[in-house]
Amino acid sequence: MTYALRKLGMLLLTLWAAVTLNFFLPRLMPGSPADAAIAKLSQNGPVSAATRAAIEAQLGVPGGNLLEQYVHYLQQVVTLDFGVSFTFYPEKVSDLVLTALPYTVVLVGIVTVLAFVIGTLIGVLAAWKRGTWMDTLPTLGGSFLSAFPYFWIALLLLFFAGYVGHLFPTSGASSPTAVPEFSLSFIGDLIYHAALPALTILITSLGGWILGMRNAMINTLGDDYVTFAEANGLRGRTVALKYAARNAILPNLTGFGLALGGVVGGSILVEQVYGYPGIGYLLYNAVVNQDYPLMQALFLMITVSVLIANFLVDILYGVLDPRTRR
Amino acid sequence: MTSTTTPVRARALRGALRTVGRIASTIWSNPRARIGVVLLAIFILAATFAPWLAPYGASQDGFERSAGGSAAHWLGTTAAGEDVLSQIIWGARVSVFVGFAAGAIATVIAVLIGLSWGYSRGFGGEVVGFIVNLFLVIPGLPLMIVIASYLQNGGIAMIIAVIVVTGWAWGARVLRSQTQTLRSRDFVTAARFAGDSSFRIIFREILPNMTSLITGAFFGAATAAILAEAGLEFLGLGDPTTVSWGTMLFWAQNSNALLTGQWLLLFAPGLCIALLATSLTLINFGVDGISNPRLREGKGR
Repeated sequence: MTYALRKLGMLLLTLWAAVTLNFFLPRLMPGSPADAAIAKLSQNGPVSAATRAAIEAQLGVPGGNLLEQYVHYLQQVVTLDFGVSFTFYPEKVSDLVLTALPYTVVLVGIVTVLAFVIGTLIGVLAAWKRGTWMDTLPTLGGSFLSAFPYFWIALLLLFFAGYVGHLFPTSGASSPTAVPEFSLSFIGDLIYHAALPALTILITSLGGWILGMRNAMINTLGDDYVTFAEANGLRGRTVALKYAARNAILPNLTGFGLALGGVVGGSILVEQVYGYPGIGYLLYNAVVNQDYPLMQALFLMITVSVLIANFLVDILYGVLDPRTRR
Repeated sequence: MTSTTTPVRARALRGALRTVGRIASTIWSNPRARIGVVLLAIFILAATFAPWLAPYGASQDGFERSAGGSAAHWLGTTAAGEDVLSQIIWGARVSVFVGFAAGAIATVIAVLIGLSWGYSRGFGGEVVGFIVNLFLVIPGLPLMIVIASYLQNGGIAMIIAVIVVTGWAWGARVLRSQTQTLRSRDFVTAARFAGDSSFRIIFREILPNMTSLITGAFFGAATAAILAEAGLEFLGLGDPTTVSWGTMLFWAQNSNALLTGQWLLLFAPGLCIALLATSLTLINFGVDGISNPRLREGKGR
């Protein structure tokens, strides 16, 4: 219990640090992002006092009182009031973010768990059959795959499976004519559109899990208790799965939280290529149009999501390994 | 004065050379790493001799637009009428340079922070630890995108800076845990009793024991830097007038190479990025073998 509380305290501290970093980032930058944002927004018509205040709290007023701005900014974060986007005027930033969030969370979440399970199993097999083709193929393939740029795999799959093969749709998260409802046909349509982005993330993130698990497994295979189990005449599969793999999976799990940040980053590029309406595509649009309020809110949202996912992995780790709970 | 320091220096130099030689031979003894070294050498040669190897200039245009592969243009031409093969060869310069520069700077920072952090046992260490962990969990690419977006079109120096800011933390953590195990060894205690300064103990006693980890951290950071640079330029966050593999893909997507069916234009730059990054990953297989004999090739369990 103290373990969970300590991790919770750590989460709150990192959350605060991330929120503060997000506060200082635009204020440390050359020029005045706030002025640029307000100038852009005024092209759409007069800027209301409330909107101006929201943008200034987020991006900074030159020469303003930093402490006052910080308090105002924290209020803003807690109430999720990030002002108005000028790319998608007059939509509110918070509404845009909340609409896009489920797409990315479901896509990245499902694919990451899939990649972890598949990659770990292949890694176990590779370490167990060390030195044979069953080791060489996945390790060489894995290191090659993990060196692939996300957006390149995305472009190639889009080109060959989308434009040339006409097997999958080339952009969007659902057909233009589809009616959002809880029906089998609509869910099928969503999966059909998510297939290529999901495949891209799976291909590029698989390699890391294979290599991590293989190396961790090779280390445990050298331990005495594994030799002892083998000397006792236990079946090879029992030794591999019940003795070695169980202990090797823990170090691999620590990598999970850190890898998640990389996958989330990669998914930005993937969503941009496929025009998939998640957080990454929105961030790309915000960056291209220099929509700073939207960009800051999205960066905060991405960071907070990754921090919370890391916290959940830590808790899971504590459940799996009693030694960490001391 | 010089008569006494010269032999000492020569011995130190010979020792350093021997360490480099030992690392190189361990890397070379691993077949996977050997493939990596050969691949990397090809890219470095292409980058160095680009003016002689490339059939045309990097931004020399005026050829037929969006053409497929032919005898005059092996990989076809871009939508602006530039030779794709020449751009690939010239583009190697940016990727190799950014990879090595950003990797080296990030590694130097990681060594400075990781070693002093691992050696100190005070409250300061806790604070540094918190900052390192923060940089580890904050997703790197989004942070890079946000910073790069504020510094509009900053070019290659800006991209290197952004990559270094987000890329040093991993190496720092790895080096720190190794320093922690080394700091209680006898030779460190002996140096402390001999009255050596902390600075000397960290950089003259502990540092030479971590050459393999530092080498590994460097190749890891360089791989990440190459991929990050390509990603940022693909999003149009670098200087789009630079010819690099990332900007080639940026222009390919913006000129609808997907619709015109120019698959070579999409395929070639990405494959080069992947091969260059793979070469560094493969070399790291050999580096792993230096610090962890269990991972060395040749013998089974």
